Amino acid sequence: MKILLVAEYRDGKLLTNSNELIGFAETLGAESAMVLIGGEEVPTYAGKLYLADVTACGECNPDLHKQVILEVIDKEQPDMIAFCHSSYGWDLAPRVAFALKAAQVSEVVAVSDGKLVVPVCNAKLRRTIDCQSSRIVATLQAGAFGLKEPPSGTPDVIKVDVAGSGRTVFRGYEAALGGGVDLSKAAVIVSAGRGIGKADNVGLIVKLAKALGGEYGASRPVVDSEWVPHDRQVGTTGQTVAPKLYVACGISGAIQHLAGMKKSDFIVAINTDRDAPIGEEADVLVVADLLQFVPVLTEKIQAL
Amino acid sequence: MKILVCIKQVPDMESKFKVADSGKWYTTADLAWRMNEYDEYGVEQAVQVKEQIKDADITVLSIGSGQVKETMKKALAMGCDRGIHIQDETAFDKEPYQIAGIIAEYAKDKNFDLIFTGMQSQDRGSAQVGILVGEILDIPSVSTIVEFAYNEGDVDVSRELEGGIKAKMTVKLPAVFTCQLGLNTPRYPTLPNIMKAKKKELLTVAVADLLHVNARLVTEKMFLPEKKAGGVILEGEIAELADRLIAILKEKSTVLA
Ligand SMILES: Cc1cc2nc3c(=O)[nH]c(=O)nc-3n(C[C@H](O)[C@H](O)[C@H](O)COP(=O)(O)OP(=O)(O)OC[C@H]3O[C@@H](n4cnc5c(N)ncnc54)[C@H](O)[C@@H]3O)c2cc1C
Repeated sequence: MKILLVAEYRDGKLLTNSNELIGFAETLGAESAMVLIGGEEVPTYAGKLYLADVTACGECNPDLHKQVILEVIDKEQPDMIAFCHSSYGWDLAPRVAFALKAAQVSEVVAVSDGKLVVPVCNAKLRRTIDCQSSRIVATLQAGAFGLKEPPSGTPDVIKVDVAGSGRTVFRGYEAALGGGVDLSKAAVIVSAGRGIGKADNVGLIVKLAKALGGEYGASRPVVDSEWVPHDRQVGTTGQTVAPKLYVACGISGAIQHLAGMKKSDFIVAINTDRDAPIGEEADVLVVADLLQFVPVLTEKIQAL
Repeated sequence: MKILVCIKQVPDMESKFKVADSGKWYTTADLAWRMNEYDEYGVEQAVQVKEQIKDADITVLSIGSGQVKETMKKALAMGCDRGIHIQDETAFDKEPYQIAGIIAEYAKDKNFDLIFTGMQSQDRGSAQVGILVGEILDIPSVSTIVEFAYNEGDVDVSRELEGGIKAKMTVKLPAVFTCQLGLNTPRYPTLPNIMKAKKKELLTVAVADLLHVNARLVTEKMFLPEKKAGGVILEGEIAELADRLIAILKEKSTVLA
């Protein structure tokens, strides 16, 4: 079996998630080649690297990126094409799959007896997939396929030329709102999830954070509802933190939230749902209504 | 301006899920159902465009059993003008390419200027349907949008990337957009609008009339993930729970030392 790995580049930088693609090829025991629309910097990888110049191709230009990938597929004839399940990968994968008449399997978390496994319903369930096309396009969940050792080698670079324009116009990047709280420095973080119910209840979380001498954070819906500013959001589209203690209050434990906090030393979750996926990562899951439990806990900690 | 919004009815994610006897899906009995969260942003954006340019007609489309009409009524009450319900008892089993095929087949001769879908569904989470609809209809698509501004035939959008960075893009219509959380603030339907929605057109079409593509993948097996060992679960009376948690923190973590 041969896999084509699609590496990523953004805003002048090569992204390191290509290591996960290499890890996936290793898991499958497959031969691989890589394609990158990027700059001068190349990934550490012992194989063929098809490289297209990002200045010719443009960033955020799905039409042209698809064209490059299809050209390389034509040369390499891979059985599978693997992307990271990232904003780059989940955008391009269906375009490539459609052109190839291939099945697409999204957010692969494991391989079981050679078959791809994906999550369902916020990771409460899993699904094994049977593909019925000769080729498969897959996107891989971040962190699911690591490498045991850092990769080595220098790729054999093969230049790919591109011409054309694409139907969408890229007008540049907008940086994340910066300058706010740097949660990565806090020893304790207490985070509010949608389970807090309403903006007025953020105060309960702030009080507990203070009592523990830490900062407060939030999951995305709490930020989207403007109950808490974005600079306190934890997760893939917020900050990545690893405090000594992380307390998740009314947070279900979606993969995008877990990615931002699962390296914390000790994780406490407070949730009314005993089956909430956060329980998988938590050292302690307190099954309780946070609106009742958090004030009592805060008072007892203050009294210590 | 003609707008199409595609919505899906999904179970409440706080439900307790069980694998069905078929071993290929979850049991759907005893679940509470709602509009896929990502799709609510699509409905809201469509309604906002209509409020901006006035001369617009919004069709909301959903595929599923008769039960999905409940969710469609919410979209109509939020401001969509008409509904197309594609009757399909086994919609849950259709893979994204088939769902996109059905939608594109419906849309192909209707000249929609704007098509909105959610960036993914909460149950399957494939993040494919909207983009595939664009590919099948051969019109551009932008996924994961968190900002949307319509100006005279052009649309300026921001795509959300990792770490809160956004990519600003401009697209000419017709085009497809897949909506990410936080794109706007979906409105709650008001009582008068819920009453008005009852009189809006809601047509049902049989899926067989629109499904002309085969599945490229099937679910072989559905299962519950193995629980990771090690975590302690505390249940009981509130004050006692707090004492037990404090005792654990004193022992296992340095923060209360
Ligand atoms: C591309 C992308 C990027 C994303 N980036 C992020 C990110 O950076 N950060 C992030 O957090 N999310 C992110 N998300 C969203 C993520 O998928 C989830 O939707 C989100 O994390 C859910 O937040 P939540 O757990 O607070 O809410 P829900 O999933 O709604 O969970 C609420 C929880 O509260 C519990 N609960 C309810 N009431 C109570 C109560 N009274 N007491 C105790 N518990 C209660 C419920 O049982 C439930 O488990 C992203 C999604 C996508 C698609």
